[in-house]
Amino acid sequence: MALHSEDRAYRPDALIAEDIDAYLQQHQNKGLLRFITCGSVDDGKSTLIGRLLYDSKMIFEDQLAALEADSARVGTQGREIDFALLVDGLAAEREQGITIDVAYRFFSTERRKFIVADTPGHEQYTRNMVTGASTADLAVILVDARKGMLVQTRRHSFLCQLLGIRHLVLAVNKMDLVGYDQATFDAIVADYRAFAASIGVEEFTAIPLSGFRGDNITAAPSASTPWYAGPSLMQHLETVEVGNDVAQERAFRMPVQWVNRPNLDFRGFAGQIASGVVRAGDAVRIVPSGRTTTIKAIETFDGPLEQAVAGQSVTLTLADEVDCSRGDVIAAAEDPPEAADQFKASIVWMGEEAMIPGRAYWLKLGTQTVSASVAAPRYEIDVNSLEHLAAPTLSLNGIGVAEVTTDRPLVFEPYADSRALGGFILIDKLTNATVAAGLLQNALRRAQNIHWQALDVDRAARAALKGQQPQVLWFTGLSGSGKSTIANMVERKLHAAGRHTFLLDGDNVRHGLNKDLGFSEADRIENIRRVGEVARLMTDAGLIVLTAFISPFRAERELVRSMIPNGSFVEIFVDTPLQVAEARDTKGLYRQAREGKLPNFTGISSPYEAPERPDIRIDTTRSTPEQAAEIIVAQVLGEWSPTL
Amino acid sequence: MLGLTHLQRLEAESIHIMREVVAEAQRPVMLYSVGKDSAVMLHLARKAFYPAPPPFPLLHVDTTWKFQAMYALREQAAQDAGMDLLVHHNPEAMERGINPFDHGPLHTDMWKTQGLKQALDKYGFDAAFGGARRDEEKSRAKERIFSFRTASHGWDPKNQRPELWNLYNARKHRGESIRVFPLSNWTELDIWQYIMAEGINIVPLYLAAPRPTVERDGMLLMVDDDRFPLRPGEEPVMRSVRFRTLGCYPLTGAVESAAATLPEVVQEMLLTTTSERQGRAIDKDEGGAGMEKKKQEGYF
Repeated sequence: MALHSEDRAYRPDALIAEDIDAYLQQHQNKGLLRFITCGSVDDGKSTLIGRLLYDSKMIFEDQLAALEADSARVGTQGREIDFALLVDGLAAEREQGITIDVAYRFFSTERRKFIVADTPGHEQYTRNMVTGASTADLAVILVDARKGMLVQTRRHSFLCQLLGIRHLVLAVNKMDLVGYDQATFDAIVADYRAFAASIGVEEFTAIPLSGFRGDNITAAPSASTPWYAGPSLMQHLETVEVGNDVAQERAFRMPVQWVNRPNLDFRGFAGQIASGVVRAGDAVRIVPSGRTTTIKAIETFDGPLEQAVAGQSVTLTLADEVDCSRGDVIAAAEDPPEAADQFKASIVWMGEEAMIPGRAYWLKLGTQTVSASVAAPRYEIDVNSLEHLAAPTLSLNGIGVAEVTTDRPLVFEPYADSRALGGFILIDKLTNATVAAGLLQNALRRAQNIHWQALDVDRAARAALKGQQPQVLWFTGLSGSGKSTIANMVERKLHAAGRHTFLLDGDNVRHGLNKDLGFSEADRIENIRRVGEVARLMTDAGLIVLTAFISPFRAERELVRSMIPNGSFVEIFVDTPLQVAEARDTKGLYRQAREGKLPNFTGISSPYEAPERPDIRIDTTRSTPEQAAEIIVAQVLGEWSPTL
Repeated sequence: MLGLTHLQRLEAESIHIMREVVAEAQRPVMLYSVGKDSAVMLHLARKAFYPAPPPFPLLHVDTTWKFQAMYALREQAAQDAGMDLLVHHNPEAMERGINPFDHGPLHTDMWKTQGLKQALDKYGFDAAFGGARRDEEKSRAKERIFSFRTASHGWDPKNQRPELWNLYNARKHRGESIRVFPLSNWTELDIWQYIMAEGINIVPLYLAAPRPTVERDGMLLMVDDDRFPLRPGEEPVMRSVRFRTLGCYPLTGAVESAAATLPEVVQEMLLTTTSERQGRAIDKDEGGAGMEKKKQEGYF
């Protein structure tokens, strides 16, 4: 199909010539849609964007002439126009024929203005994609109709979901190369639907396309796809409800950027409203200090405003002289955000140098900058398989979940509720490079609870009634090391001493609560997490909880430790050398593992990370189970005697 | 509740960016070229810090070859905003009499690229606002809003800081600086609409009027002062012209036009079928990669 450039170059709207004022009025009141395109180089992503610009008449005659010349010289489409050349900006990219950074493109139609983030598809550019996704309302995920869903389709979808993009378009591209076959399209959509559900994507819009031929780009259905009943890509982009106003419906929050004090009579707080609506006279609270006052006025260059909404940059004056400076958040008095100094967060590592757990980085969230450290990840997510893996750190493009501790309280909201108060970056203190992006999930420790209602009957009250200190005695060690035997004896002794106990045993839990879990690394991590949660609930109930699980990964044990109040988690390492445990082989498991019948068997085909500093270490080659139990009971009951 | 229009969103974003710079940089400055983008940027700065004047000076890196009308508006705009205006002339270019007629690309390099570096070093500015837009040119499309520069003012497109959400990393070492582009996400049409909506004062050269011009190398050049060396046979002719972009007058081509009001200008702009920068010779040097190369060398 030969393209006639004279038909395709920029052709202005008829209204422009007829009534420019009406046209300008129409354009002035358009909304804005920001979207991202994801797909690997071969999926035709740049070609698609070039095509959108071309078909929305955004390419001028001179640009088109240059494009035709470039296409003939370096294009990859033979004598046809190579739309990718419109989009790939940097010289190095043009030479290599790949996209390596985020490029932003602008176009508009009669109904909307669009900003497109064009990001690279390869795994080594995950950070660029995350950058582009951070400001997008919608994502177009390209799939090559000849290849169907690929590993990168999963990766891109997962990243979009992680960054909170709620509108996904599955663009099945290159339909021309499969003869516009409906069955091929339907099969890809069915595959994708199954996958999308597994990552929590509830809905998506699937469109059969040819970026190269122009099918279903601006009008649908194209003559080649009479079986397709949905919108064209452009129609969908123009009409999809993206809910920019959702933020307006949430409680008012404005992070203070800058205090405006031109003279003694004026003290204004400048910032961009993160959520909600504010009016003069509204009661507000300054967080984290908790001081309350009311809004005196919303000042702007054009005069005071009656109200302002999420997204606007304003200057607020307050009725009272309260302390308030950059980093504070002015919020609805009755519904302020919390502050905390320890969080669970998803981390996307972007630095060339891997994360160093425990090192101090600058953390910037909203207008707050604090010193923060990140613990070793609870797990890393394999962005291709979405499995949870144990990992000592995160390196470039690695994504994981980890605990973040800040040196002072941070005003926050979970990322799922607020990008503005839940998204953060980490900055290397030495190089000043931006090394990570983070998404806060929840606080692990409340530093300050401005509106926390203490429960009448709490953990301390329940424990007092039982006359004991609730604790978790966490037995860890190889299979066959003697954990269950010793834990049983300890429970009997505690029970005899009038203590309220509960023993959670690995095998028993797997028959009930965790019977849906297998023995992959991810399932083992989830197994331990659930046991930790149950143990925490039981200590809240005032019990002394004993657990006997191999729990081979240090990070998972630390995860449980972080869930239990300080000092109440007692890690007991039942230290039995592998050859001793294997020689005992009380359940015959080692033999089966050696024969290859048990995959991921700790000590044989999966590692055991011994505790570095256990609270109690039992050397089973030197003490009997009875002696070991006595040592533990003595410690638990506060009657530690070193002679034992 | 009504959603924000695209212009309201762009305005809020630009103001947010400017306030971040003032909160985090030691010595910011606003590069002011007197063009329409500069006019919008200056207007946004006044809004961002109202009722205070913008807490930084304006800097014009001058070549001495701008249109006279630009010099007139420059003084007025600074005065209206209550801001200090710094004007820098590269002394070496001055001494050697560098001019666009005789020196070609050297003119831009010495007056603008070298002049800018000199001025930033002279005053010790660590953050400089510029009015560039991503829709102007392909390599601009990939530049960050906060664009980091080495102590020698170089730009490394391969080593840009990731920029997520509205979180900007303004941290740098002594001697290093950041160029900040608050208009990154604006398009040319947005600029025009905003100028009309806000009643922003712009150089009258953007509107058509009879002006003395000569036709040379396929461009219509305005004879703005008596330094314009007429070639044999050239005679200035009064034509109704306007300018789509403004730079040094001998390098900036006019277009013949009858559009004497802003809506008419926008109408003409939307009805024309060539891209904005066609009237300006600078980007044509060194093929498509010209701007990227200039930026690596320190051009804004």
